[in-house]
Amino acid sequence: MTNALVMPVLIPLLTAIVLTFFRNSFILQRTLSFIATASSAGIGVYLLLRIQSEGILRLDFGGWEPPYGILFVGDSFALLLVTAAATVTSIILLYAFSTIGEAFEKMYVYPFMLFLLAGVNGSFLTGDVFNLFVCFEVMLLASYALLILGGRKVQLVEAFTYITINVLASWFFLLAIAYLYGATGTLNMAQLAERVAENGQGPVLTVISLIFLLVFSLKAGLLLYFWLPGSYSAPPAAIAALFGALLTKVGIYALIRMFTLVFHHSPEITQSIIGIMAALTLIGGSIGALSSNDIRQIIAYNVVIAVGFILVGLAAGNELALQGSIYYVLHDMVAKAMLFLAGGLMISLTGKAKIGELSGLIRNYPALGWLFFIVMLSLTGIPPFSGFIGKVLLGEGLIEADTYVLLTLAFLSSLFVLYSLLRVFLNCFMGEAIIGSEEQVVLKKRTLLPIVMLGILTLAIGLGADAIAPFVNDAASTLVNPQTYIEAVLDKEALLKQ
Amino acid sequence: MKINDVILRTVTKIVVFIILTFGVELFISGHNDPGGGFSGGLVLASALLLLYMTYDIETVHKGIPFDFKKIAGLGVFLAVASSAVPMLFNNQFLNQAKGDFALPVFGVTELSMVLLFEAGVALTVVGVVVTILLTISEDVS
Repeated sequence: MTNALVMPVLIPLLTAIVLTFFRNSFILQRTLSFIATASSAGIGVYLLLRIQSEGILRLDFGGWEPPYGILFVGDSFALLLVTAAATVTSIILLYAFSTIGEAFEKMYVYPFMLFLLAGVNGSFLTGDVFNLFVCFEVMLLASYALLILGGRKVQLVEAFTYITINVLASWFFLLAIAYLYGATGTLNMAQLAERVAENGQGPVLTVISLIFLLVFSLKAGLLLYFWLPGSYSAPPAAIAALFGALLTKVGIYALIRMFTLVFHHSPEITQSIIGIMAALTLIGGSIGALSSNDIRQIIAYNVVIAVGFILVGLAAGNELALQGSIYYVLHDMVAKAMLFLAGGLMISLTGKAKIGELSGLIRNYPALGWLFFIVMLSLTGIPPFSGFIGKVLLGEGLIEADTYVLLTLAFLSSLFVLYSLLRVFLNCFMGEAIIGSEEQVVLKKRTLLPIVMLGILTLAIGLGADAIAPFVNDAASTLVNPQTYIEAVLDKEALLKQ
Repeated sequence: MKINDVILRTVTKIVVFIILTFGVELFISGHNDPGGGFSGGLVLASALLLLYMTYDIETVHKGIPFDFKKIAGLGVFLAVASSAVPMLFNNQFLNQAKGDFALPVFGVTELSMVLLFEAGVALTVVGVVVTILLTISEDVS
């Protein structure tokens, strides 16, 4: 029994509810929401350390023991993501404080961001498939509201696509859950894993697993990413950063969790399909990133490339590759948030979003220029930044799995990431300055500070890879040995002792 | 054109009380029998809806001067906060305590913490349903 396990969900949730009563006191809204996200991150770190000494933690809601009750399960993978998500959200909140504007603050933007975080953390922590669906919905409802806040025409157009796609995906999700319950008689993830392992993953279960693959691919943007570039480039930078950093990661988490814990018995079918989808995502994302002239679109397509890159590790499926994927997910949360904020700041400072219309910004805003340069290096995987270690491990894992096509595509995609962002950098920051020093918009220090913090964080993850290594190794070893997870949840003797 | 709705108005005055009583009955029997906060809340909301349809929005607002958005918020708060209370007593999140109490009119009654949670659900449902209905019925101008 570890009540701390529910805190990363409960704190943002309760704070968001309380804040809806204080619509007009912005100071209170800002302070409380920042405290909520920062303390969730702190609790994430605390739990992560406890897992290293005590093993996988479990919280049975209301004392109903598994497999009958609903429970939260905290293993290193989930808690790493919870910590990263809460940290990135608190930094994005800092950026939102100085940029989002009174109209948004009045329309409950902070409570919605907290609801989103609660849903995201819940999805990471839950040990029950139906509960996963519920947490997905909490997260999605908050994201619908965030997407249309402001009510500009482009937002409404994109929100229509986004909501339609997600409602459809949720329907498929529910369908898959119903099929799964019909086939196995349980929705507890550990018991599911146990039953699928005992009875074998027959054709029926493989088909069900493919429906789950469809659902999570839609949410993660794996191959089915057609809705992503539009809807991620419509809202203001702070909200887009939150989407880019967190939303696709939840889909990725669900894919990795389901296909390492439950449906890992027919790798020749499921993992090959995931491999093909990841490869096509890498290709499609790269083409998209190169073909666009809109900074926001280029950034959004970079999200797509990262999704493909991370899931290449799942397709390889060995411990090294999964370690690489986990490192890369953590890195990508930080770096994507930074990229969205830096890109959004460029647009809000100049009022232009096409790369042809901007030039020589480095003379006006040198700090922003170099921060953009840093995030570009980090995303490409240049040491000492955080992308490097993930790419190396993933590469080693792919070699070990003899998947050279995926290896080639994954590393070619890094070049495309570099090229697409270098194009933005060279066109917008280099060249002749077109904005005079008198007419340039003043860039406040507190607007730049969150981006600097993310820059420091990406450097810290890169340099402190050794410090994170034990957690990542533990997370990956739990993923490749599902038995550890199952025993931690369904341990009969420990149940009796309680 | 003025519609003659004297029958509707007279019937509503009586029927609303029957519906409200039924809603409370559903809500109270909730955690042991069919019913509960959600269905009870829906029935309560339907009573309000009948009032809004029979009389106009302003008249009803004079009688029930609540902001239903706030009621929904209060309901969610009650539900989440009451599930967090057991953690203060070193129990699991969402744990429910119950006990028998000798009440003056009802005699010995079983009261449980889940009633608070259900009350939160009921308030949320009432608040959300009425807010949705009022929002879509209000004119843009």
